[in-house]
Amino acid sequence: MTIELNFTILFASVIAGAVPIVLAALGETITEKAGLINLSLDGSILLSAMTAFVVAFETDSLVMGFVSGAAAGAMVAAVVAVFSIYLGQSQVAVGFVLTLMTRDLAYFMGNSYSRLQGPQVWPLPIPLLKDIPFLGPVFFNHNLPVYLSLLLIAFCWWYIYRTPRGLELRAVGEHPGAAYARGISPQKVQLFYAVCGGLLVGLAGAAFSLSVKPGWGRPQGAEGTGWIALAIVIFGGWHPIKVALGAYFFSFLQVLGIYLQGWFPSVPAQVFQVAPFPLMIFTLLLMGLVQKDSVLRRVENKPWMKSVIKIFSGTAPSSLGRPYKPD
Amino acid sequence: MEFSSNNLKIFFRHICEIIMAIIAVFFFTTLILRLAGAPPFEAYYHIFKGSLGSWNKFAHVINAWIPLTLCACGLLYTFRIGLWNIGVEGQMMMGAVFTTYILRTGVESDMPIFFLSLSFVAGIIGGGIWAMIAGFLKTKGGVNEIFAGLGMNFVAQGIILWLIFGPWKRPGIASMSGTELFPSKLWLSYLSAIRLSPAGLFLALTALLMTALILRYARIGLNLKAIGSNPDAAYLFGLKPGRWMLLAMIFAGGFAGLAGSIQVTGVYHRLLPAISSNYGYLALLVVMLANYNVWIAPAVAFFFACLNVGSIQLPMMLQLDSSLSGVIQGTLVLATLGIHAWRSSRQLPLTPDQ
Repeated sequence: MTIELNFTILFASVIAGAVPIVLAALGETITEKAGLINLSLDGSILLSAMTAFVVAFETDSLVMGFVSGAAAGAMVAAVVAVFSIYLGQSQVAVGFVLTLMTRDLAYFMGNSYSRLQGPQVWPLPIPLLKDIPFLGPVFFNHNLPVYLSLLLIAFCWWYIYRTPRGLELRAVGEHPGAAYARGISPQKVQLFYAVCGGLLVGLAGAAFSLSVKPGWGRPQGAEGTGWIALAIVIFGGWHPIKVALGAYFFSFLQVLGIYLQGWFPSVPAQVFQVAPFPLMIFTLLLMGLVQKDSVLRRVENKPWMKSVIKIFSGTAPSSLGRPYKPD
Repeated sequence: MEFSSNNLKIFFRHICEIIMAIIAVFFFTTLILRLAGAPPFEAYYHIFKGSLGSWNKFAHVINAWIPLTLCACGLLYTFRIGLWNIGVEGQMMMGAVFTTYILRTGVESDMPIFFLSLSFVAGIIGGGIWAMIAGFLKTKGGVNEIFAGLGMNFVAQGIILWLIFGPWKRPGIASMSGTELFPSKLWLSYLSAIRLSPAGLFLALTALLMTALILRYARIGLNLKAIGSNPDAAYLFGLKPGRWMLLAMIFAGGFAGLAGSIQVTGVYHRLLPAISSNYGYLALLVVMLANYNVWIAPAVAFFFACLNVGSIQLPMMLQLDSSLSGVIQGTLVLATLGIHAWRSSRQLPLTPDQ
């Protein structure tokens, strides 16, 4: 049995399926650019997916669903930020505990809403643009969250690299001491961008339960996405556009998994679902290796290797994970 | 130690903190239960009765305590050197896989004791190898151990699913319920009244004692701590952090692998997708709540095991999801971290008088 590969449908489903990963990875990029790691992504995506579905179900309003999902994500992020910035606790520890806790909380609170038919985001093709051959169906025949995710990629890049506020954000992530000397409060800035990032993570969860994998259940289907998003931020070298490309790449792998499943029906579906993870390790390994001096020296006079390396290089904000304490 | 008024104050402050954490968690979970439309006290009662209500239930608690304690022991080594061995879950799974492999070859043999012992060794090696891969990725490849470990967890899960649905599928139809049950000669002997295997308990207690001794008295423990607290200074002192990290990882993986072995030989008698039951991740919380202390960890593990086993009653009795235990455990760790932070922000030294 063969399933025919239709590239238009393939790319369109990649763009649509990537929405939660793109949103979550962008949110985490903003947070990490400001120097804070929010490790709780995997759980907070589930919690916001549950919140969004339950609220949308009860109020029958998709807008309320998305708003409450975003609020849930922001709340979890705020807990990580406050524990780290103001209480001096390990970000990784708090983030990890919250990953497990929010996931269980989501399963617990969402239990009575399992397998219910709830509201769903409806498609909203953009007139005229959708008729462009190939590009039309791929980019302009989706729903609002998809357009929002596409716009946000550009907006994040513009905000971080082209606005004074973005400069402030990067300054806090790179050198909070210097930012402090310039009259910026690193703590407030970090808290603010942690919450902003959390809002996006929450939207990612809402996009899951209201659009990509509509409904709620245990398992919901969003499990693991948060970890992939966290890895993609590293993979994308903390640059929003590269991060988004990474997200589309992983979405492509997931879609490919569905096709592969059709080609090899004897292999259980779960095996294809874990496929992105070895690849994640492999790309992280490549990124780790290209930062080693011994490897850099070996490729010194091979220009093509250098350009390959340039793709995989990206440096973390200098004070990532180290909260700043003003004297 | 002199029993001065200062020490007494410290003792009471500790007690106060613990009480405060428990009160905070109690209010939070009661609120959650109310929101979910469930009677809170009935839920607590069912958790208690489901874990300590009978000897049979108690045996279930111990069966959960054993892998939790083993994983916690392993994690103490990696935490001491400053590594976040999140891959403990996958290490446990690979221990179970290696054990199952040995037991499968021993099904036809008439030397069950030999194959059982060999399967434990295999489990330890399996977990150790899985941890070593993550360790090499960290020390040689520069991959953060959290992502390396996590990725390896998902890979291990994939391997288990592939084995259950592929090469090791039970005759007839492969299903999520796992591989075929092993013949009872390959089961770890257990007390028939309460289905608890003394051998597993013995192994966990030995691991605990061994870890306490190594970390407290052996040179390894000192070196791990030295590198964990200041890698640069340790390096100048002639300790190679990379090697010691690998060693700590192998220890952790070995203990986790042993936990996986016991899950197969002593509890489930087959390989199933949920063989690790999330005990690896939970052990990370155990160690954090125990404040990385080898003697507090088993007590915390026991409490967590009670919660896990007791909450199984919730879906049956109150139509609630059993994940309430996870909510309680997570909030407890968070509350303790918060109170600890509040304590240190008041900047009163809490070390007892010497």
